This record gives sequence, C-alpha cells and structure tokens, in this order.
Amino acid sequence: MVKNSSQPALEIRGLSKQFDRPAVDGLDLTVRAGEFYTLLGPNGAGKTTTLRMVTGLLKPDRGSIKVFGIDLSADPIAAKQIMAWLSDEPMIYDRLTPLEYLYFVAGLWGVSSSTAETRARDLVAWLGLAPYAEQRCEGLSKGMRQKVALAGALVHEPRLIILDEPFTGLDAASARLVKNVLRERVAEGCSVIMTTHILEVAERMADRIGVMSSGRLVAEGTLQELQRQAGDGGASLEDTFLALVSADTAPGSIAA
Amino acid sequence: MIRAGTLPWFAQHETRLLWRDWAWLLSGGRRRRGFTVVLGLLVFFGFMHMVAYSTLARAPIAFPPDKPLLVALGGTLLLYWSLMLSQAMEAVTRAFYARGDLELILSSSASEERLFAVRIGAMALSVAGMSLALAAPAINILAWLHGARWLAAYGVVLAMAMTAVAISLMLTITLFRAIGPKRTRLVAQIVAAVIGASFVIGVQIVAILTVGTMSRLVLFQSERMLSLAPAPGSSWWLPVDAMMGNWSALAVVFALGAVMFASAVRVCAPRFGELAVAAGNVSAGRRSASRRTLNFRPKSPGQALRGKEWVLLLRDPWLMSQSLMQLLYLVPPFFLLSRSFYSQGSSAALVVPVAIMAAGQLAGGLAWLAISGEDAPDLIASAPVSAYRVWRAKAQAVATGIGVVFGPLVVLLAVIAPLLAVVAAIGVIIASASATAIQFWFRAQVKRSLFRRRHVSSRIATFAEALCSITWASAGALATSDFRFAVIPAVMAVAFLTGAWLLSPKRA
Repeated sequence: MVKNSSQPALEIRGLSKQFDRPAVDGLDLTVRAGEFYTLLGPNGAGKTTTLRMVTGLLKPDRGSIKVFGIDLSADPIAAKQIMAWLSDEPMIYDRLTPLEYLYFVAGLWGVSSSTAETRARDLVAWLGLAPYAEQRCEGLSKGMRQKVALAGALVHEPRLIILDEPFTGLDAASARLVKNVLRERVAEGCSVIMTTHILEVAERMADRIGVMSSGRLVAEGTLQELQRQAGDGGASLEDTFLALVSADTAPGSIAA
Repeated sequence: MIRAGTLPWFAQHETRLLWRDWAWLLSGGRRRRGFTVVLGLLVFFGFMHMVAYSTLARAPIAFPPDKPLLVALGGTLLLYWSLMLSQAMEAVTRAFYARGDLELILSSSASEERLFAVRIGAMALSVAGMSLALAAPAINILAWLHGARWLAAYGVVLAMAMTAVAISLMLTITLFRAIGPKRTRLVAQIVAAVIGASFVIGVQIVAILTVGTMSRLVLFQSERMLSLAPAPGSSWWLPVDAMMGNWSALAVVFALGAVMFASAVRVCAPRFGELAVAAGNVSAGRRSASRRTLNFRPKSPGQALRGKEWVLLLRDPWLMSQSLMQLLYLVPPFFLLSRSFYSQGSSAALVVPVAIMAAGQLAGGLAWLAISGEDAPDLIASAPVSAYRVWRAKAQAVATGIGVVFGPLVVLLAVIAPLLAVVAAIGVIIASASATAIQFWFRAQVKRSLFRRRHVSSRIATFAEALCSITWASAGALATSDFRFAVIPAVMAVAFLTGAWLLSPKRA
C-alpha cells in the first residue's frame, strides 16, 4: 500500500482552492518523512483549508497532493489509510464511551480486533483517560474530549498525523501530555504537520516551520533559516513571524 | 418603556423568541422568504378550510345537540386534549433539559420565577396555537354554516391548552421527585407518547372489540356507545356545551382552566430553576460506568459503522418521543391481527396500509439520524472507507431497525394470510427504501440534537416522504384485493420519488 518510506510524507504541488476569494493559491509544500512540520499564519491565511484538502475533506480546485507517494485524487482510500486528522473542535460521539469510540475508529481503519483492543487500552491509559474509559463522552470536559479524539487519531498508528490547532482549550498539563505524545510518535518515525497560533509550541517542537499568508507559503525553513529570511537573526519567532507576515501583506510587497 | 426584569419585560422577550422560533420553523431558517411563508400559510389555511367544508357541510349538526352529536364532539375534544397533553409534556421536559439560555438566566440577578411564569404561559400559547392550526378551519366553517356561537370553541381550545400545560407541569415535577432527574427525561417522553396515542389507540381497540373495525366514527355512533354515554344536560358535556356557544358553560370551562394553570404556575415557577439545575447536572455530569464489558470482536469498516449507528439510535435521548407514538399506533393493527388469527376474520387486510405508512415514517426518522445527524462527519470523511460503503452501512442500519419493528408483524400476518404478508413485506421494504433515499438525496450536515426539527432542513423532503408513504400505503391497501388496482398509486409514488430526486440539492 505504501510505496516507499524514502518518499516525502506529504507533497503538495500547485494547490488552489477558491471560495469567495482565493483561500489557497498555488501552494507548494513538502513534509519529509519523520519530520515535525508546523504551519503558521494569520487568521484566514489558508492553513486549515490546506489541511482539509490534504485529508480529503475538501476538494481542491487545482493541484496535486501525495501522501508517501500515493496520489490523493487517484487513490484516496490508500492515502487515508496512513493518515490521521485531528481538528481543534473534536467531533466525537457524545453517546459513546471513549473505549467504544476507539473501537469504532479502529473498525473504520480496519485494525484487527486484538491489536485494536491493546492499542485502545494503552492509549486510554497513556492519555490519562482510564477513569473515564467506560463513561459516555457527553460528560467529559473539552480537554478530555480532545484527548479522546487524539487517541482516535493514533489508534490505527498513522504514518502522517495532521493536526489543526490541537492545543486549543487544553490546560497546561494536557498540552504537555499531547506534546509528549507527538514527540514520541515523531521519534518512532511518524510525520506530523500541525497548524498552531502558539508560536512557542512551533519554536520548541518543529523541525521546520512554514509561514502562510493569503493562501501562499511566504517562508519556510528551520527557525534560524526563517530568522535569516526575515533579516533579524537572533529575534524571537514572534518577531520573525510578524516581520514575514507584515512583509507579505504590506502594499507592493513580494512574497518570499 | 418597559422596566427591565418585570413580568411584561420578560413577556416581551419571550414573545420575541417565540415569534422568531416560529418564523424559523416556517422559513427553514432562510431569510427573505417572508412572502413565500405568508403565501404558503394562506394556501395551507385555504386548503384546510376546503377540507373542513367538505367534511362538515352535510354533517347532521342540530341545536340543541342530540346524543350522537354530543358523543362525536366529546370524543373529538378528548382526542385533541390527549394530543395537547402529550405536546405539553414534551415542551415541559424540553424546557428542563435543553440548556439554551438557562445558564444565563440562572446566573443573572433577575427574578427567575417571573421568567419561568412567562415561559410556562408561552408553552400554553404554543400548545393552543399548534392545535388551532388544525382546529381553526373547522371552527370557522362551523361558525359560517351554523352561527357565530361556534367561535366559543376558540375559548375551549385555550382552556384545554391551559389544563394540559398545568397537568404536564405537575406530572413532570412529580416524576422528578419520584424517580429523580436522571430517569425523568426518558420516562416523561414515554408518558408523553403514551398519553398522545392512548386515546386513539384505546378507542380503536374498543372499536375492534365491539364493532369489529378500527373506525372511531363507527364506534361513536354505535348503539352500545350511545347507551353508555351520559344523557344530554349532564355536566360531563360542559366542554361540548361551551364549544357550541353556551356562554355560561364556556365561563366555567375557561375559569377551571385558568385556575388550574395559575395554581400550576404558582407551585412550579419557583421550583423551575432548582429542577433545571438538577436536570443540568444529569446532562453535564458523569454517567455511571457501563456495566457491559466492551467486546473487541473482529470488525470490518461496514460492521463498525452499522454497530455505531445502532448504539447511537438506541441511546438517542429524543428518538423515543419522536418514534414511540408512531410505533404505538401499530398496537391496534396488531390487536386486530391477533383477533383475526383466532376468528379467521378478513379484517387483517386493514393492517397492510397502516404497517406500510408507519414503516415509511419511521425509516425517514432513522435515516435522518444516520445520514444528516452524523456528529463526526470529518472522522467518517477522513477514514479509508468509500462514500458508497458508508452510505450502504447506514442504509443497512436503518433497514435492520425497520426489520426488528415490522418483522414480527409480517410473520404474524404470514400465519393468517400469506398473500397479505407478501404485500405488507414488499410495501414496508419499498416505503422504507423510498424514505431512506429521500433522506439521502436531501442530506444536510446538522446536529443530531435537531432531530425534532428535521423537517425544517427541507420542506420538499418532508412532503415527498409523507406523500410517498401515503401513496405506497394506498398501493398496499389496494393490492390486497387486486394487484392491478395498486398500479395507479404505485405510479404516483414513483412520480413523487422522481420529483424529489429531480429537486434534490445533491443532484444539482
């Protein structure tokens, strides 16, 4: 199913999507295998639209998306088999328990029952959900629901994890737990692409950072490379980010 | 300028909300449709007046009323009142459990007692309004044909709504005290459905036992019923006298309703906040851990989807109130069937259209929940499962639900009359498939909790579903005597289905 692991985890070429205005405009982006990639950008930059197209939730107007060499438009089922999607608003079933939810997700991804049970119970314990494992999700806090959704994203052991603002609404302890989970997955060879507005998270966790503005990638690289592009070596990521974004949105500016 | 926090201020606020709620229900949440809505309402009321005229123009209505007329009108009033009571029970339960603005109100310094008094009043007006939507054309035609005194029936409907809301409030609060807020939601819905259906079902069962048919009118006019009914002039007929323009009777009926309503408001409004908080604790609180051990059996994606749909349907807190009444209406046909089994009578044919109609309606509700009421659409869309497989699994989940409900009826019918069973089985399958297909064509992504208002998302789907169920039921009824007769309603059903497909947004 997966052609070869030397392929980029995600390869986007000329991706475009227009609603009332262009949301994503000829985007080229590559996430390497085993890389933690963070996508930054102001509100309306097209980050979420990009990720929703990658997960097959939106159809692109133009362009191609390849996941580990699998063309999403040609073989969406094979591409989805190795991906996981987690949004900032976890949509889980209120009337299922966390374990039932994980069992259902494992079934959707065709995980064998014995593996599903082991993984579900491990994830529940790992994410501190054990006391709530057999209570319906309707009574869980937002942080707990986010953890259940994260467990759902990990239960089929995806090779590419796609996260849209995963730290929204999480308390400090839960946020740290999620960061640790993601770090461990990356250490095991998994690839992650994540959007966030928390620059400190991007600074600490990302191997590479992409900055989007007006539907385009205006800068990309490690933190140091971005600082050089912004022309302010030694400044914080916040300063660098604001410099890159304001340069792109300033009248007459040319995107990087 | 009305002073904030006073009763009139709350009344103004509630009236605005009630009006916008109605406008939303009628317009389907779309703006700039005011003219269409008004036109639609005028056409509907015009049509209802024509139906009322055709029914009442030749009805033997004498004044003073004779016993058969008193029995017919009294029975109709009781039928309406049982439906009002059911509707009021559901409104009261929803007011306790739906969070809406409760947290804002309870956390404010305003008098919650005043607001809840106004809210209870709004419930009574809403219940009366819903009933008058059907009753007003009949009242107007009676007033036109037989004199303005019939307009007193409007007062009777209002008094009935007040008593229905008063009794519902007392009953719900008693349930809260007796069985706790956890179980009250489910039990109150069951009670509401049973009350709503009990009168119709009771009358039909009595009709089956006494006159061998399910017709209420035949029962009301039977010698036995007339001999059992109180004599004209008895105080039992006070509501009917009031309805026919006896002003002193109307004053008594209205005063009785007003006193019951005022007492219920006085008793319940101060407790409303406390009970709403208790109900809120149930919604937000932890549910006791499931005693069932989760069994991780091997599953395909299709099995996982079907299993999920069944669990969610079984656990849906509002499905009970929406579907139980439809299922309760199957009790009389079942009863008729069991009598036919012992007496070898020919009345079993009556079961066929009822079963087909009920199957279509139930399938429509289940399909809406499975297709449009999907709470995690992103998860399903991002799973490695084709859209066709997802749709097939959901349709299978609906079909299984229909099979569980209607299978035993078809089996019982097969024992009595195999040919009728074949007709019923085919009709149930086709009506369910039609309703499911309509829900698929008109699918919209909405929250599962909006199930009660599912018809709002598409009026065309609602009408198409109802028309298909009716025409398939007619085809089934005619097919029991001769298959050739079923062709015309079947062609009509296919035409409705084709029309729905052509108008469906997904096709566009």
